[in-house]
Amino acid sequence: MLKQTVLNAAHRAAGAKLVEFGGWEMPLHYGSQIEEHHAVRRAAGMFDVSHMRVVEVLGAGARSFLRYALANDVAKLAAPGRALYSCMLDARGGVIDDLIAYFVAADAFRLVVNAGTADKDLAWLARLAAQRAEEVDVVPRPDLALIAVQGPYARELAWRALAGLHAASAALAHFEGAFFRDGFVARTGYTGEDGFELMLPAPLAPRAWDALARANVRPCGLGARDTLRLEAGLNLYGQDMDETTSPLESGLAWTVDTRQARDFVGRAALAAPTRVLRGIVLLDPGVLRAHQPVHTARGEGQTTSGSFAPTLGRSIALARVPAGVAAGDPVEVEVRGRRLRAVAVAPPFVRSGASAIERYLEPSQKGQS
Amino acid sequence: MIKAPPELRYTKTHEWVRPEPDGTLAVGITDFAQEALGDIVFVEFPQVGARVSAGDAVGVVESVKAASDIYAPVAGEVVAVNDAIPGHWERINADAFAAWLYRLKPANPGDLAALLDASAYAAGAGAAQ
Repeated sequence: MLKQTVLNAAHRAAGAKLVEFGGWEMPLHYGSQIEEHHAVRRAAGMFDVSHMRVVEVLGAGARSFLRYALANDVAKLAAPGRALYSCMLDARGGVIDDLIAYFVAADAFRLVVNAGTADKDLAWLARLAAQRAEEVDVVPRPDLALIAVQGPYARELAWRALAGLHAASAALAHFEGAFFRDGFVARTGYTGEDGFELMLPAPLAPRAWDALARANVRPCGLGARDTLRLEAGLNLYGQDMDETTSPLESGLAWTVDTRQARDFVGRAALAAPTRVLRGIVLLDPGVLRAHQPVHTARGEGQTTSGSFAPTLGRSIALARVPAGVAAGDPVEVEVRGRRLRAVAVAPPFVRSGASAIERYLEPSQKGQS
Repeated sequence: MIKAPPELRYTKTHEWVRPEPDGTLAVGITDFAQEALGDIVFVEFPQVGARVSAGDAVGVVESVKAASDIYAPVAGEVVAVNDAIPGHWERINADAFAAWLYRLKPANPGDLAALLDASAYAAGAGAAQ
């Protein structure tokens, strides 16, 4: 039996094609995945991400505990409301999950973790907490629904739709959040666009969703969410990294904070990587998918995510390739036994709604998107 | 409700087949197939001149979501591909029964009779839903 979010009825009423994702029944699209993608790049779209799990870490030892549990350093969060992206590693340096940590109050942090890994994460955090001396409680909050509103007009339309939101969020910088009603609003997302992620008590979510829809925020499914995050060069857990890969092999070195002599889980196991994650842009016609062989001058690699990029009008991928493959290097991707021409790039592929990879294209191919 | 115009023939693998006045067969994917695939963004067409057997994978339809083989409904020779489709992939989603993908000169015109008629196709596709 698949779990349903509190917005399931709204998705059905809007004609969503529902699919299984991480044990949940979620909307894949509401008609056209590509139109939903463009809505987020050009105007505003919203995603039900209530399948993701909010986990609170509470107590006087919360900060010290998370400094040990996470590869990024929550001590950087100088003031309540600040957030950061981090991996949670195991002792071998493998990625248990990636998450966003919000500093809510002196003795309270909120984590948002992936749906498919939530149970594993909670068990891991509980075990770590039991081993540590800090006074800390790990509390899942399945009573909170999550709505992401994303796009260049997302904030404006959300302010129009939701009374009180403007006062709560107008001053927020990127990666900052604040309390809103009985929930929380943060200027974060997973699309490469501006916008908010709203945590709301579940009973309030359907009305907020309807109000946003009336304000012309387009409902978008997981399909568009995947192409948007891929264009933005954002990893998907379980696909681009997992427990068999370190963050250094996953394009996430920037999230591993080793500037201080801080002891955190996995630190001792982190070694200079022999393989790295790069972006791939396909020059030939075709569509890249996950798990396709990549041939480079420095050896073989493999795509970890691949799709058609609607903003670019061509296909892109993330690929794990030998260290030393640099942006601009020509590569070939094997698709159904044929080698297609491609080029390695440094993600993101799309920035502020526009192509960020034009300089890597052949002169005849520029400006096609 | 499975759409299946009565004047066409069908395969279990969700191709539609239309006999043309010149004796060739126009082949496309059904509305059911385009709906299942979602937004189509690329087609790997068969080679014109290729000789194929019934059931051969002769091309690939790629949507944002997935890649799906196109099969030959009967044995024959590929004599044309639809040049109006590249760059206008959305035409397949908009009207799958108008967007033929390739034309086949059947080795044996009688083979057409072995394909599904509209009601048999609709019943089979409906059961698979």
